[in-house]
Amino acid sequence: MSLLEVSALSISYPGSAPVLERLSFAVEKGQSLGLVGESGSGKTQTALAIMGLLPANAKASGKVVFDCSELLGEPEEMLNRYRTRRMGMVFQDPMSALNPYVRIGDQLNRISIEHKLVSDDEAYDRSLEMLRLVGLPDVERQFRSYPHQLSGGMRQRVMIAAALIGEPDLLIADEPTTALDVTVQAQILGLLRELKDKLNTALLLITHDMGVVAGNCEHMLVLKDGKLIEKGMTRQIFAEPAYAYTRSMLAAARRSDLLPQSRERPVNEQTSALEIQGIAVSYAVPGERRSRRKLGAVRELSMTIAPGETVALVGESGSGKTSLARAIVGLLPVQNGSMTLLGKPLGGTVETRPNALRRDLQMVFQDPAGSLNPAMRVDDIITEPLTVHDPDKLKSNREELVTAMLQRVGLDALLARRFPHELSGGQAQRVAIARALVLSPKILICDEAVAALDGSVRQDILKLLRAEQERSGLSLLFITHDLATVRQISHRVVVMYLGRLCELADTKSLFASPKHPYTKALLDAVPVADPGVGIIVTSELGETPSMLQPPSGCVFHPRCPYSVSRCSEELPVLHHFDNNSAACHRAAELDL
Amino acid sequence: MNASLGLLQVMKEIRRSRSIMVSGGILVFVAALAVIGPFVSPHSYLTTDFDGRFIGPTLSNFHLFGTDDLGRDLFVRSLLGGRITLLVAIVASIVSLVIGVAYGAVAGYVGGRIDAVMMRAVDALYALPFIFLVILLMVVFERNFLLIFVAIGAINWLDMARIVRGQTISLKQREFIDAAKIIGVPAWRIIFRHITPNLLGVVVVYVTLTIPQAVLVESFLSFLGLGIQEPQTSLGALVNGGVSQMEQAPYLLLIPALLLAAILLCFNFLGDGLRDVLDPRQESA
Repeated sequence: MSLLEVSALSISYPGSAPVLERLSFAVEKGQSLGLVGESGSGKTQTALAIMGLLPANAKASGKVVFDCSELLGEPEEMLNRYRTRRMGMVFQDPMSALNPYVRIGDQLNRISIEHKLVSDDEAYDRSLEMLRLVGLPDVERQFRSYPHQLSGGMRQRVMIAAALIGEPDLLIADEPTTALDVTVQAQILGLLRELKDKLNTALLLITHDMGVVAGNCEHMLVLKDGKLIEKGMTRQIFAEPAYAYTRSMLAAARRSDLLPQSRERPVNEQTSALEIQGIAVSYAVPGERRSRRKLGAVRELSMTIAPGETVALVGESGSGKTSLARAIVGLLPVQNGSMTLLGKPLGGTVETRPNALRRDLQMVFQDPAGSLNPAMRVDDIITEPLTVHDPDKLKSNREELVTAMLQRVGLDALLARRFPHELSGGQAQRVAIARALVLSPKILICDEAVAALDGSVRQDILKLLRAEQERSGLSLLFITHDLATVRQISHRVVVMYLGRLCELADTKSLFASPKHPYTKALLDAVPVADPGVGIIVTSELGETPSMLQPPSGCVFHPRCPYSVSRCSEELPVLHHFDNNSAACHRAAELDL
Repeated sequence: MNASLGLLQVMKEIRRSRSIMVSGGILVFVAALAVIGPFVSPHSYLTTDFDGRFIGPTLSNFHLFGTDDLGRDLFVRSLLGGRITLLVAIVASIVSLVIGVAYGAVAGYVGGRIDAVMMRAVDALYALPFIFLVILLMVVFERNFLLIFVAIGAINWLDMARIVRGQTISLKQREFIDAAKIIGVPAWRIIFRHITPNLLGVVVVYVTLTIPQAVLVESFLSFLGLGIQEPQTSLGALVNGGVSQMEQAPYLLLIPALLLAAILLCFNFLGDGLRDVLDPRQESA
């Protein structure tokens, strides 16, 4: 008898197509099962149905049998006997899954007390024990902290502790690492693997990332549009995917993993489209406006972008990459240093810059829906830059212009009168790109422009950007935390950590022979979409230090496995090699 | 969802909302009656008839609501009063809408010191005892229509400005505003093309909720004898007149009072209904 048996599970909401159709699968005791699919494939709905958390207007049919008892449609009291004690769940976003007003220790205590796992007196010890188990440092102190005082990775550890506190037989993890940085993702996945073996818990891991499944699940299911496409052993599916959809998902994951499409750098070394010299960007510390303390988001950073070149800016959250982008376009003031755009000085904020400079520098944002005015139609959005910069051109042939722009970004001209909320994520991002391109800028900054999109849509957008670059010799500054994307699009890569530049290298040599230990750590942390490779145990890096108190010397030294005493005392300068430059004291001697 | 919904979808939601349809329907009916009614009735609001004073509501001679102490037809006078009351409400709301939205959006968008100065000015105006101000105005200038509109609009825009400013500050942080700045859209255009349309949901809701306030203030002024002057009338003035005849002819008080209450309730329901449809933060499902 399986631990969990789901049979013919269908879920639908009134007034829309079913989100899940006749899904059947089973999870055995101690097994790990990966549930893979793109957004909208119904994978989260499945998890919610199992836990009995579907919203009231959802219609579910079929069977969810847990250890011989039917759970679907049962009343709350009945389900509560299974939650925590038999099944635990970890959500994608630990910040919204934890109560922001309650100390984390008390949140754990409440679970034990509510479910009568231990007596009230023992709850404290039990919570401490769980926090220790998930590797929270300095447990007694953290016990009394609030969720916002912890980092994302630590919060997710707390969530895991909460899910495992009743020693359940099944742990459901819904995209547990999607909101986390890669180095932290590696740690959390490692923790899940370790705890699963230690406690002999079955794991239902929901993810969109083939790499995550490959390293963590023996069995897997592939979902598409609410239908089961494929199920079986992970190894087997990776070796011989039976269906085209699985093949394309795997190919997309592998293409980025195994086949770097390193691109030749355009040979035009004399001129630079954008030159940045030692700039610094800082904020007043939130809540301490009166004190002089500043948070240095970007510190002494220099780089150049050649015409027609793509430079990827890589770093984890808090590395200052978005602050840098916002400073370049003038949304944030620059405290120090200088920037030049095509030889002309680029200073001040966007409000004070001349129009001619503004039109050469455009930006595409991460959230396509948020960057389009919800009250404007697509054609108005696309033509707005022209109404500001070139109203005459617009007057004569507005309609043809809109059609041409929509075609250029691969959209149907029929979409012109739509509102942004009537577009899909990919379509909205194309509109945002069209708006940025309508002025024929020289430089386009893409701030995580594909991070919110699904695999295949992401590929299309990257293709579009490359095509645009070949067509018009546009320079791209591509900001991302996703190394797979970097390989596909960039000529050169800039790696940032805590506001400083770590390494600057040609894409190929960065992946082949990183010179900075942080780059190496980043590369190792990316899950490989190949179950044969097995798990690369990455060095325990620990947590990213606070930007408010950056470490002395090399900012990476507290987490660096190669650090020596000099690293904590002296700020490293950039050492130049053939195709790399790295800000590391030991760059020359280390073989990474 | 919210203001980002397409117009069609909003219309569909509105049609589905019973409170909007019922209260809106009643308001349209009352407004239509107030405009057309006086022309249809055989009586004029001015004609006095000393033989026909205090006739109770009756079908004979078409005195549907009866007559008052001067023998004037209450039906016609109520409709006329309703007309004035609705007019005051609408004009005052438009005044508060235009001033409040422009003022609040500018203060919120520009921010910093200018915002601080503008909002302190609003605070200072709040501190003035309003009724006293109106009474003063009425005494100094001739009592007239226009003054009432201006006076009522002048208090309502303060609330509107505060609400709009708050909304603007949160809208300002959205990415599409950054995108507009990068494109080079000038500040005035950002305010009117990007900020204001997205305030629509909140503003529409708030306007329907300030209308009853304006109606009440007008009624209050008329009740004090500071508002509309005889022989013109408003519902507030009619209620005021009705109070003195309460013992002899209670319908003189009851009918205008009920009409006033109905209008106020309808606007309140309309506002609540619109808020459910347009304002994302008050989601009730």
